[in-house]
Amino acid sequence: MGAAIEAVDRAAYADWLQRVGDNALILGHRVSEWCGHGPALEEDIALSNVALDLIGQCQLWLGLAAEVEGKGRSADDLAFLRDAGAFRNVLLVERPNGDFAQTLMRQFLFDAFHIELLRALGKSTDLRVAEIAAKAEKEVAYHLERSADLVIRLGDGSAESHARMEKALKSLWAYTGEMFLDDATDQALAEAGIAPLPSSLKSAWDETVTAVLAEATLAHPGQSWQHKGGKQGIHSEHLGFLLAEMQFLQRAYPGASW
Amino acid sequence: MYAQLVKSEGSKTREEMTPQEIAFQERIDRGERIEPKEWMPEGYRKTLIRQMGQHAHSEIVGQLPEGNWITRAPTLDRKAILLAKVQDEAGHGLYLYSAAETLGISRDELLEQLHNGKMKYSSIFNYPTLTWADIGAVGWLVDGAAIMNQVPLQRTSYGPYARAMVRICKEESFHQRQGYDIMMKMASGTAEQKAMAQDALNRFWYPALMMFGPSDKDSVHSAQSMAWKIKINTNDELRQKFVDQTVPQAKYLGLTVPDENLKWNEEKGGHDFSEPDWNEFFAVIAGNGPCNEERLGARVKAWDDGAWFRDGLMAHAEKAATRRHAAE
Repeated sequence: MGAAIEAVDRAAYADWLQRVGDNALILGHRVSEWCGHGPALEEDIALSNVALDLIGQCQLWLGLAAEVEGKGRSADDLAFLRDAGAFRNVLLVERPNGDFAQTLMRQFLFDAFHIELLRALGKSTDLRVAEIAAKAEKEVAYHLERSADLVIRLGDGSAESHARMEKALKSLWAYTGEMFLDDATDQALAEAGIAPLPSSLKSAWDETVTAVLAEATLAHPGQSWQHKGGKQGIHSEHLGFLLAEMQFLQRAYPGASW
Repeated sequence: MYAQLVKSEGSKTREEMTPQEIAFQERIDRGERIEPKEWMPEGYRKTLIRQMGQHAHSEIVGQLPEGNWITRAPTLDRKAILLAKVQDEAGHGLYLYSAAETLGISRDELLEQLHNGKMKYSSIFNYPTLTWADIGAVGWLVDGAAIMNQVPLQRTSYGPYARAMVRICKEESFHQRQGYDIMMKMASGTAEQKAMAQDALNRFWYPALMMFGPSDKDSVHSAQSMAWKIKINTNDELRQKFVDQTVPQAKYLGLTVPDENLKWNEEKGGHDFSEPDWNEFFAVIAGNGPCNEERLGARVKAWDDGAWFRDGLMAHAEKAATRRHAAE
């Protein structure tokens, strides 16, 4: 653990931990927007479970990020007091919920990546990372099982559900590539044995996605233009509004305890 | 109380009852539980459907005022706790719809009656949650009032309802504690937080008292429901109990209950207090509360927007069944 920390630049490490934590935070927040508005009571409950898991995971990742950073900040400080440019989540998770098809497809595309990341992180040279990953992996295995199952059933469902799922897939596909791009931070973490290179997770993700889309009778979008920037803090317009809502109380009443 | 003004069927004198009805009443009087497959008077069945349906609807509409603050919860812990609580309410709705289905009505039929306004939900959920302190006040006062009503309902005569109540009560006491915990934080916080806490109490006090329904002397349906043990206590008994429990809690918080007439009455061993404005209550029930349109509108929208999703799953199930059939 100590050796892993020494082997990597502290700022790069904290930055990377925020990438993992922010993905969970922002997606958890998005999913929580559905609470009370789901298309069936069972879905409402299942979505809240997913949101709860992700918020729990983000607390662990951001807690560790704050610890590694060593500036006396807490997970809450990171969540509620950073501006959009300091967030490190991928663009995919900040996409608006749209209809339930869009929410579900976003979840599936992310879950299929998330599970591979967590599996690899289970072998991290930093035991703290390995422990969080092991806990999160169990939860995310369920997320993927659920989202893949629904993608299949709705893709191969009615004409309307098929059309909606296809539309969601087309609109979200351009945000999937970013999850597998390596940059200097990723290289540093991989060299220290803390995390895998994102590009190394691509083939397993491809395999899952291709199989599920085929069973769902949805056309694989193939190669297309891919957006990027979230991991470096260049976000879409949507994130600012999400944060304005999420951070409202902490910003309006600075220093208060809740 | 999540069931208000539930119209009771029946009200027969013993002389008017058939031998079967007398035997049924005697079972209830002996404290026996009635189970789904057993004979029951049509009035008992219909009244229970109304009450359990209203209760279930209250749980799912009740998700909305608190859900309103999930995305604005001030810390990650508060966000997770609130989300878990609102999720519990959906779970309660699910138990209660399932319990009501044992009486021969489907969840879809019950929802249709909610959506077309034939069935009601508790008046309390038509009030807005304007600040974070309201989330505390809802947990403390609204869940507190609900527990008052639901604890005795664990002994109600209909088995599935009583068993659903046992599970629900366990979760509700956690809900009330989380609400009170928010209030404690707010009441001991900055001057602004304390003002928010007082303001929340001011706005939620009387609507919480209304949750128990009008005074028993004006409540025409109570007697039959009590004979059937669908209702265990009178509205006034429960309201009194709620006030007596809540007043010291408010005092501990350093907050003032917004009632000039509130005082301890040694003789009756309880507080004297002002009645809520029943005109307001009937206006809210009639659809004129501050949030009726939003609350019901949100439920109808969720249902309508979800139609393709539910139809899609059905279509897949049919396809899968056809494929299985062809393969056999």
